[in-house]
Amino acid sequence: MIVDLTKMHTGESGVIEDIHGGHGVISRLQSMGIRPGKKMTKVSSHFWRGPQTIKIDKLRLAIGFGMAKKIFINVKR
Amino acid sequence: MKDICRILLMGNPNVGKSAIFSRLTGARIVISNYPGTTVEFTQGQIKIGSQRPMVIDVPGTYTLEPTCKAEEVAVQMLKTGDLVVNVVNATNLERNLYLTFQLLEKNIPVIVALNMWDETKHQGIHIDVKKLEEKLEVPVVPTCGLTGEGIKELVDRFPDVEPLKIKPSTDSEKWERIGDIVEEVQKLTHHHHTLLERLEELSIKPFTGIIIGIAIIYSSFWAIRFIGEGLITYMFEPLFEKGWLPLMNKLSAFLGEQNFLHTVLIGNLIESEINFGQSFGLLTTGLFVPIAMVLPYIFSFYLILGILEDFGYLPRLAVLVDNLMHHLGLHGFAIIPMMLGLGCNVPGALAIRILEGRREKFIAATLMAVAIPCMAQIAMIIGLVGQRGGKYLAIVFGTLFLLLIIKGLIFNKVLKGASPEILIEIPPYRLPQLMAVFKKLWMRLYGFLKEALPFVLLGILFVNILHTLKVIEFFSNIFAPVLSGLWGLPKEAISALIVGFLRKDIAVGMLGPLNLTTKQLVIGSTILAIYFPCIATFVVLIRELGIKDMCKSAIIMVVLAILVGVVLNLIL
Ligand SMILES: Nc1nc2c(ncn2[C@@H]2O[C@H](COP(=O)(O)OP(=O)(O)OP(=O)(O)O)[C@@H](O)[C@H]2O)c(=O)[nH]1
Ligand SMILES: [Mg+2]
Repeated sequence: MIVDLTKMHTGESGVIEDIHGGHGVISRLQSMGIRPGKKMTKVSSHFWRGPQTIKIDKLRLAIGFGMAKKIFINVKR
Repeated sequence: MKDICRILLMGNPNVGKSAIFSRLTGARIVISNYPGTTVEFTQGQIKIGSQRPMVIDVPGTYTLEPTCKAEEVAVQMLKTGDLVVNVVNATNLERNLYLTFQLLEKNIPVIVALNMWDETKHQGIHIDVKKLEEKLEVPVVPTCGLTGEGIKELVDRFPDVEPLKIKPSTDSEKWERIGDIVEEVQKLTHHHHTLLERLEELSIKPFTGIIIGIAIIYSSFWAIRFIGEGLITYMFEPLFEKGWLPLMNKLSAFLGEQNFLHTVLIGNLIESEINFGQSFGLLTTGLFVPIAMVLPYIFSFYLILGILEDFGYLPRLAVLVDNLMHHLGLHGFAIIPMMLGLGCNVPGALAIRILEGRREKFIAATLMAVAIPCMAQIAMIIGLVGQRGGKYLAIVFGTLFLLLIIKGLIFNKVLKGASPEILIEIPPYRLPQLMAVFKKLWMRLYGFLKEALPFVLLGILFVNILHTLKVIEFFSNIFAPVLSGLWGLPKEAISALIVGFLRKDIAVGMLGPLNLTTKQLVIGSTILAIYFPCIATFVVLIRELGIKDMCKSAIIMVVLAILVGVVLNLIL
């Protein structure tokens, strides 16, 4: 099942399926290691549409809510 | 080997470029555990045989397609180098190699420093360096920026570096190659989660994170106050009262009162005694204010900030406050320039570079200049206003805080555009190294003394001269309507406002001898914080914002100072 990052449960893992958005956003995310095909785990989600934190390999990243909405992940549910 | 003149240290943010730079050149530079510490390039020299090439510490960047000012600097620098030392975080090989490939495709000589080598061992990461070197076709040297391990080997291999002839490839081709390489050279073994790693998780989860955050902020403020107060009461005040005062008394008697030299060096006698807070001579107040009143707080602030920085707490704080900051037209990362600004607005203003857009920079700069007093000013306000009671301190700082919030809310509504989204890498917690913390602390204290002492002395000299020439009288009469009429201050307070352009600490100090009522003191110190940044900050802000935005920002500051003064005058 494919969900956006904000809809993932805390602690859930999945594989990044697709990233929507302009070239700028996509290439910035990818250069930081967030790109389709990578396995990731959601660590936490902050209140009131706050940032989402994730873990990819040993990397930890925080992503704003709006941007997280554009990242789609394939999760097993 | 062809002559190497300029060596660039490049790599992702927070991989240890500045640590390696400092190891290579011995130069002092700020090293902290968060991405975006270095926003400007710094250079230093090294010695290789008979050559003395320049080494340049470049701001960290994820890609050669820049997305903010700091990264732009990095990309521009690339054109000027003969050799790139690509610093790579060995615990994040895959992601770091993306920039490596972008660099290789520029066909300039590249050598890879595989930094954080010590951390791979704890994390169960095994990298076959020889094989990685074969795959990349450039020298790869494991290093540890903290201890300096591998740095000599790195320098020894500079002569081996040749530019590669690599054809440009698409991003997906790059990632595919990187994937293959990592697969082949890196083995992961299981490792147990450490206590620090547990804490890492807890401090970015919403509930536990907020509790930990409040605890850390609260105890930091408490520690800063405790250490600062302690140093003043038990060390610096006795030092001045017992050690320096007798000397000054002798000098005063020797010079004889009522002459220019006495006025300049010793200042006015208050009830026929020297008063370090109020005499305003170069050797009395001029030394007492920066050394005995301000320095202790600068020390305690930077000690605590340094520990938080090296531990890696700041990016987590950024995540926690992101939501709140959005209401002010900023995102969470803007908390970092604000925190630095609390120490001194100059590095704070520089750090605004890590923010993306013009709107954000403008908001952050104006909020900081108005509502974030620097530690030197805070120390003086605590010293002066604090004597009248803690309640009044709360009024000054409460007003500034309220101003920060209200102004942010208004900016966010009025200025076109929206605040960009936060997107940051959160580094692992690292236990602060005592040596590193004290090195950084010393660097900042030294910087303070170097900047503050001359400016404070200059300010006092300047005011004394202006007084003698009756210039201050002239200005105080012109501005009397605003000062007395609107703010209820005596017109002599103009000298504090004039000196405030130079330095805020001594400016607050100038309110001391005016015999102000508590209300006047509160209004005076609040206005001094708001009305304009000190000259050093102003210069940096012009450069960062451009002259046009800075003018707008300055107008806002003056208007706000007038308004806040009036309001306080009415309600207090
Ligand atoms: N364990 C370990 N820590 C290191 C090493 N090198 C640097 N550090 C730490 O990593 C953090 C980042 O180091 P910096 O030198 O500031 O990194 P930078 O690459 O200059 O970062 P930016 O200026 O933000 O791009 C600091 O807390 C250093 O103490 C290393 O080899 N091992
Ligand atoms: Mg740096």
